[in-house]
Amino acid sequence: MAHFTKAKSLYEWLDQRIAIDTLRRVLATEYWIPKNINFLWAMGMVLAITFGLLLISGIFLLMYYQPNVDLAFDSVNYTIMKEVEFGWLWRHIHGVAASVVFLIIYIHMFTGIYYGSYKKGRELIWLSGMLLFVTFSAEAFSGYMLPWGQMSYWAGMVITNLFSMGDLHLNGLVEWIRGDYVPGQAFLNRFFMLHVLLLPLVILALIGFHFGTLRIPHVNNQEGEEIDFEEEAAKYKAGKKKESKVIAFANDFLSKDMFVVSIFLIFFFYLVFYHYEFAMDPVNFDPADPLKTPPHIYPEWYFLWSYEILRPFSTNVGLIAFGFAQVIFFFLPFLDRSPNAKPAHKRGLFFFWFWALVIDMIILTAMGKLPPEGIFSKIGLYAALTFIGLWIILPIITKMEKEVKE
Amino acid sequence: MKRELKILAIVVTFTLITYYLVEPFAHSQMHKHVEFRNFKYDGKSDIEEVEHKIKVAKEHKEDTTELEKKLEEKKKFWAEVDKISKLKGDATAGEGVYAMCQGCHFEGATNMGGVTPPSLEHAGALYDKKYLIALVKNPAMAMNIDHKFKDPSMHPMGSVMSMVTSDQDIANVVAYLKEKKAGEATPVEAYVEACGRCHADRYMKWTQVGFVPKTKENIKTGQDIEALKFKQKVAEEQNALADYLGKLPPDLSIIIRARSEDFLKTFIEDPQTQLPGTAMPRTGLTQESYDKVEEFLADSGDAKRHERAKLGPIVLIYFIIFAIFAYLWKKEVWRDLH
Repeated sequence: MAHFTKAKSLYEWLDQRIAIDTLRRVLATEYWIPKNINFLWAMGMVLAITFGLLLISGIFLLMYYQPNVDLAFDSVNYTIMKEVEFGWLWRHIHGVAASVVFLIIYIHMFTGIYYGSYKKGRELIWLSGMLLFVTFSAEAFSGYMLPWGQMSYWAGMVITNLFSMGDLHLNGLVEWIRGDYVPGQAFLNRFFMLHVLLLPLVILALIGFHFGTLRIPHVNNQEGEEIDFEEEAAKYKAGKKKESKVIAFANDFLSKDMFVVSIFLIFFFYLVFYHYEFAMDPVNFDPADPLKTPPHIYPEWYFLWSYEILRPFSTNVGLIAFGFAQVIFFFLPFLDRSPNAKPAHKRGLFFFWFWALVIDMIILTAMGKLPPEGIFSKIGLYAALTFIGLWIILPIITKMEKEVKE
Repeated sequence: MKRELKILAIVVTFTLITYYLVEPFAHSQMHKHVEFRNFKYDGKSDIEEVEHKIKVAKEHKEDTTELEKKLEEKKKFWAEVDKISKLKGDATAGEGVYAMCQGCHFEGATNMGGVTPPSLEHAGALYDKKYLIALVKNPAMAMNIDHKFKDPSMHPMGSVMSMVTSDQDIANVVAYLKEKKAGEATPVEAYVEACGRCHADRYMKWTQVGFVPKTKENIKTGQDIEALKFKQKVAEEQNALADYLGKLPPDLSIIIRARSEDFLKTFIEDPQTQLPGTAMPRTGLTQESYDKVEEFLADSGDAKRHERAKLGPIVLIYFIIFAIFAYLWKKEVWRDLH
């Protein structure tokens, strides 16, 4: 039995038992963040807040949603949208947040790529982030099935069909995933379970892991400068805050984060009230009809670039290219052979590689939605080939890079 | 600060470009453009439709004699409609003609040839004058579903062609409708009379044979015989409609979110333009009556739009105030750091 003395305050009482003082230091007041950062460093907090919005709005929706092929559509569009007080608000928050969270994820990812924040001890930050990206994608897809509209049904059909793996004809696998020959009750139930239980659990665990991977290597900074965190922290603690190159997570970093978050929330709620259509496709307001294929089937915007890598090729080649697109970002820390963990504008060719990748992915995104006809499918094909080419040349151009000396 | 704004400008620019490409641009490419004619019914779109068919047939080197005949027929028909619209109608004389209409059009009418004749209580207010003239003259042509009938008198309302034959009678009965049956319709009445005999709206509890009545189940058996009887009546009406139209017309509960405003307007004005070959007739709504139907559909599928419009500014003001406080806090904390 450990020895406890009588505590003089609630704080002390808790500190004796769960060491909140140490926790506070490690996670907040002495968690050192470089001072030289810009608002892009707040995207993590923006994502945490958006995930919070998704979780809370999701809980409210879950109280009224019915995972049944006959009831699902009306439980969303009638019960939640018309009968439940503010049900429409929760649904629009949920739908818009599901779309906007990917915008922020992409900004967060490309920030990491631009500033080289996946290198030199930060590889696990990148890898855990990529795992989060994949899990968020699965979460978004499974959630998209739930209103059981036309796009839910047909997107579910098309995406699960991919698992037949072209000429391998793994139809048994497709049926196993669906629990039926076509998407039906079994399909809806299991995607419901994935969406509200298993995937959120995985996401929560991965968020914890992602934070954990960040603690030891610390956050990168705007110039890619290597900081002696102990020395700078000592300066900070000695009261020389102005000279120190670091700030504390709370309240220094947090106060800046919250300002960025507040601007984001103005933008977010503007979308929720005045511009939600982009996140809620009209096609999905037609109830699922297995006998009527919609004229255009396309995924939500955040999947379009990888969809377009699948589409311009023949089935087997397309699937291989699609598989390539799904996993290649994981390998970034290992394909980048440069010794420099510096922002792209200090790295010569890599700077051009970065912007080529951004522009190519935007082109792929646009072509992924447009009907695959004429000039659009040609542009799509070249953009897909460019995407693959960019990743092939990455090790070569980064190997050629000279070490940047400060 | 300057650097942060530059980065923000880059992020915003790329976001907006992506948005433009996947939303407005992609949708402009996916949906064909149909000219909106302000709910004026002069047969122009009908004639252009046939002309287009002739063009396509010629490209495929197909025989166009039938189509050429159709084109002449349509041109002639709409020219005659135009001529009748210039006659001065006499509402009093029209009342006598209208007595014939009441043989089929009355409250509680039953299905005739696949569809129940609508109430004409607000016909003068709901439908365009030229459209009504065309409708009395040749219903299949007016509705632009003449492709479904070899003989236009086979249309469920085709018998009118042998009942009201003179141009003056047509002008008179339309004048009667425009004067005596022109009371302002509510959004519900507009929907019920113009759309509701074919399209149910379950979110508004509307069926093809009326609103779902309030009934009570027998407490001892849990059975509600009145409700079952009503369900049977609906099912029979739906069968008749589906037999006549080829399929059951869709429930319009949430069509307001499923189609763009542009689609709804052009489709209702002339269904053939958006869905060639559809069994849906043109209904001849005026702009004002379309607005009423749209309001009904919005009450059905976007019921909380007024609440949304009211709450939006409040929430935004809240977050603007929140942003001001966040900024002040940041300034306060960072005073020691810079």
